[in-house]
Amino acid sequence: MNTEKLDFLTEKAKEIRISTIEMIGNLGVGHIGGALSIVELLTALYNGIMDIDPEDPKKANRDKLVLSKGHAGPALYATLADRGFFDKSWLSTLNAGGTMLPSHCDMNRTPGIDMTTGSLGQGLSAAAGLCLSNRMSGIDKRVFAVIGDGESNEGQIWEAAMAASQFCLDKLTAFTDYNKMQIDGMTADVMDLGDIEGKWASFGWDVQRIDGHDIEAIFNTVEKADVETDKPSMIILDTVKGKGCFFAEGNLSNHNMAFNSTQAAEAIALLRKENKYGNA
Amino acid sequence: MGMRETYTESLIRLAEKDERICLLDADLRVGHGTKPFYDRFPDRAINCGVAEANMLGIAAGLAAGGKIPFAETFGCFAARRAFDQFFISGNYAGLNVKLLGSDPGVTAAFNGGTHMPFEDLALMRAIPGLTIVSPCDPYSLGELMEPLAYSDGCVYLRMPRKAEQQIYMGNEKIELGRGKVLKEGSDITIAATGFVMVPEALKAAELLDKDGISAAVIDFHTIKPLDTDLIEEWAGKTTMIVTMENHQKSGGFGGAVAEHLSSTKPVPVFRIGIEDRFGQVGTEAFLKQDYGLTAEQSAPLIRDFFYKLK
Repeated sequence: MNTEKLDFLTEKAKEIRISTIEMIGNLGVGHIGGALSIVELLTALYNGIMDIDPEDPKKANRDKLVLSKGHAGPALYATLADRGFFDKSWLSTLNAGGTMLPSHCDMNRTPGIDMTTGSLGQGLSAAAGLCLSNRMSGIDKRVFAVIGDGESNEGQIWEAAMAASQFCLDKLTAFTDYNKMQIDGMTADVMDLGDIEGKWASFGWDVQRIDGHDIEAIFNTVEKADVETDKPSMIILDTVKGKGCFFAEGNLSNHNMAFNSTQAAEAIALLRKENKYGNA
Repeated sequence: MGMRETYTESLIRLAEKDERICLLDADLRVGHGTKPFYDRFPDRAINCGVAEANMLGIAAGLAAGGKIPFAETFGCFAARRAFDQFFISGNYAGLNVKLLGSDPGVTAAFNGGTHMPFEDLALMRAIPGLTIVSPCDPYSLGELMEPLAYSDGCVYLRMPRKAEQQIYMGNEKIELGRGKVLKEGSDITIAATGFVMVPEALKAAELLDKDGISAAVIDFHTIKPLDTDLIEEWAGKTTMIVTMENHQKSGGFGGAVAEHLSSTKPVPVFRIGIEDRFGQVGTEAFLKQDYGLTAEQSAPLIRDFFYKLK
């Protein structure tokens, strides 16, 4: 990736991160931690990786994303608004009565959302179904899924893992947002995922592991995941929950956190001061 | 031809005309007799293994991709095991997932209490906008399959797999959402649903006739949306409504009828169904007797209730 493109995407990720903090700050409470940990991933997916058309969000021949950890919706909304799926003014309506942007992703409300999610554990199965649907229709497109590390406590994730391998869903690329935290504490303390790479490999998946905040690495691994094998791909993203928001980052209570617009403004001011190397 | 053969043949017929029709099993392909579909459309049939939750999630993904998936498993797993997947990924997401829950109530017989759903209707009835059908014979099932495939949203289809019986002659018009009057009557109306209880209702009506009570019998193959016009019409024509179902009384078909009439046309509603009990093993005949579902047990109770009203 050339420096110009990387700079452009780094700046874009920063703006999406700022929008995410702003929209949750306006509301006063929200899932800031798990939203901020996938900002670089969403930035990369919707700005160069996925074949999508903001003018025609439901076109049949497109790549799709299932955000199985549906509570990270705000980060995806900021990404979709930035990409032109809907007007940025919508972002201030997060969770307002009658909004098109509910806390958890809803395909019937928000342009660009490919699957309704929110009950953890279900999205990977739906992503497998989308792949099978494409296969039945001869559509040669990719399906991406993002699952959480806490979400991986759910048994259905592993049912879907077995099925995707059994059905040779090579067009399925899933990401685990491995931020090492869940609501009640560190994943290692609540429900340890152990050898996460080994687990997915033993379920028959191609596995890669990268720094989930490294945009260039995301592009490279997603490209590698598309090489012709008959296996689905899992990319483990080592991430930081609450990344880039000084009062949320690394804070064990950042899963669904209350903060006001003044705090949000402080966090945003700090982000704006940062240079491209992340130094203020 | 039995229920499962009718189900599979209907699906094959639909799939021949419409490439969106597909089928999912959870390691019960043999039990449901769906193999002919796999042979005819190998690319549109998916065996998900013993993982009902995942099957419903995959079905939702297929529906999100524009397909019309029919997924099948025993009613106990359809309703209890995979309820949240059917609820959220299917119904809440506004997708077209058609779910067959087989061997309802006492038809689970030798599989016993673990496999005997007396509560599936109560769970399913609580899902907004869901279509729930419970056909009483292969003919009516066959007639309902196409409207179910093209109905908007999710469907729960409740039926036994193996049994054969004939209630309809085979030339009647069966409409989704519309009950069917099987026998006229002027004193009471028996509203029945499903393979087990529609025949019992017809038998009970015969027994009541011998006691000088004229009983109408209506087949409510569609439980949701309830044919409220027909229920209200017969609540007006007769003194009382009797409901008969192979399901616990709490939250079932009789509950749906009573709930509707209580706020529209209040008349006495007498419910035949299972009292607050779990399932158990036994022959279907033993179970019907033990849970008080037979015509011979029901008719005297209905008669006594009717006389008390007079």
